[in-house]
Amino acid sequence: MKAEHSITRSSFVENAILTIAALLIVGTLILLPLLVILHAAFQEGFKVWLASVTDPDALSAIWLTLGVTAIVVPLNTLFGIATAWTIAKFRFKGRTLLLSLVDLPFAVSPVIAGLIFVLIFGRQGWFGEELIERGIKIIFGFPGIVLATLFVTFPFVARELIPLMTEQGSEEEQAALSLGATGWQTFFKITLPNIKWGLLYGIILCNARAMGEFGAVSVVSGHIRGETTTLPLHVEVLYNEYHFTAAFACASLMAGLALVTLVIKTIVEMRSNEQF
Amino acid sequence: MSITIQNVSKTFGTFKALQNINLKVASGSLTALLGPSGSGKTTLLRIVAGLESVDEESGGEIHFDGSAVTANPVNQRQVGFVFQHYALFRHMTVFENIAFGLKVKPRKERLSKEEIKDRVFELLKLIQLEQLADRFPSQLSGGQRQRVALARALAVQPKVLLLDEPFGALDAQVRTELRRWLRHLHDTIHVTSLFVTHDQEEALEVADSIVVMNKGEIEQVGAPNEVFQNPATEFVMKFLGDVNVFHGRIHDDRGVFTDEHKGGDENVRLLVRPHDLDIRLSPGEGVSLPAKVYRVLIIGPLVKVELLNSQNQLIQVQISHETYQMTPVKADQQVYLVPKSSRVYGDGAVDYAI
Repeated sequence: MKAEHSITRSSFVENAILTIAALLIVGTLILLPLLVILHAAFQEGFKVWLASVTDPDALSAIWLTLGVTAIVVPLNTLFGIATAWTIAKFRFKGRTLLLSLVDLPFAVSPVIAGLIFVLIFGRQGWFGEELIERGIKIIFGFPGIVLATLFVTFPFVARELIPLMTEQGSEEEQAALSLGATGWQTFFKITLPNIKWGLLYGIILCNARAMGEFGAVSVVSGHIRGETTTLPLHVEVLYNEYHFTAAFACASLMAGLALVTLVIKTIVEMRSNEQF
Repeated sequence: MSITIQNVSKTFGTFKALQNINLKVASGSLTALLGPSGSGKTTLLRIVAGLESVDEESGGEIHFDGSAVTANPVNQRQVGFVFQHYALFRHMTVFENIAFGLKVKPRKERLSKEEIKDRVFELLKLIQLEQLADRFPSQLSGGQRQRVALARALAVQPKVLLLDEPFGALDAQVRTELRRWLRHLHDTIHVTSLFVTHDQEEALEVADSIVVMNKGEIEQVGAPNEVFQNPATEFVMKFLGDVNVFHGRIHDDRGVFTDEHKGGDENVRLLVRPHDLDIRLSPGEGVSLPAKVYRVLIIGPLVKVELLNSQNQLIQVQISHETYQMTPVKADQQVYLVPKSSRVYGDGAVDYAI
């Protein structure tokens, strides 16, 4: 008994130290910056904040970001499901290679990712001359931003689904097929319901990154104000031009988006734990 | 609906899972595919279902009632498949699971909602789980899940019912119960059924006909008693129960035990089941093999005696309680074994019975 007591007591002290350390780290690294952003954003009052985020350039940046996200997230959801399906449910040559390729965007620095697209589609790139001849502008334009964001956010959905689908195996699908279901019926009635929470989680993460991506987009966008600056780029531009309050106002908007994402993510996690 | 399997081979990479299988399953029968793991029995079942394809170069074919179904994918074969781990749809209730096959039919063939409901409850009655219609699979026991899986497969009125180790994941008591229930169910609905098992007792108890498989080939096909009493090969004899292996030779067209006299042409093995050996206290006329009692195990109504012969080889003998009481033996006692029947398998693949 005595020994047990001393174990619990010492572990109580350890727990307390660990908890305090965790709180300190979270506080300084995450909470404090968030408070600083909010403080700086509303320093000169709500009116100034509102003016900053409704400035034509800011509005255009918001719309551009939303537009890019609206294209990238559905596409990467489709790609992610297809890739995860292939990797999880089939054994084929080159499977491991495909698995590593999925991780490539995580491994490569976003700036390099942006540069890759410049090298392919830019003026001096592989397809540069041909694209100029036909008057198609990819780099320093909307298509370039979409491409770069697609690349960077590709792994989120696939990475979330691969372990889930591997663990679930394909027996339920085989059972559905043996009962006479078609391939599409099997997908919509069996596969999709089984992965829905994992999928939603992947989509949320993909969405958060698509809105916040800076490095890759910065390389391909060309920073044309009111045209090719996304919200994160707009923050940078404002900051570099010493419009601190406006910069922080836009940053607070992004922080708000992040918080909303976090809340949805937590709800999804809770629901998915209830499910299984 | 009879099943005919013709020249079916299957290779996975370099592994030959099935080698030129030919088999006919009679309409309305309950047939067991019996074999150790890796014998190809599950692969064969999956090929019949259409979940696995036949090697194309082998030209193998599957026929249901004489018409080829080899080219039909699984969703057009009209088979009921029951998986070892049930494969119930985890996000659907028991009712929805059983109704699934009826609901995914094309609109023209589909039953009305009411008819589907009636059919599902009919099946729930058959599997005695009417009160659990609204449960999810995770809320059921293993035995209940397997019964739901069976009902789900039967809902679409399949031409053949295929079961992959249906009781493999259940504990012993539930397994025996479900076995009996499956036999009873088959006697009620008479759908041609093929089930895979590695448990010889299960095959002997449930099936009308047993197909013994080993290393991708069929060793023997026959009625349970036939396969047990007249095993075609040494493998079948060993797989269907315990055996003692003695060395012997062929003399005057008979297998002769050479336990005592070594040397000569010892090219055959004589296989004797534990219950085919009598224990005598003194050597009698004819064959009697000296052995020393190692230990005596009394297991319920049976008495198992383990003995060692002169080569220190373990011999198992099974006798009834009465016999044991008449000639009780104890450890280290010298006794003589008299084989009542044995089977000979040797290099020449001769098959003699003495």
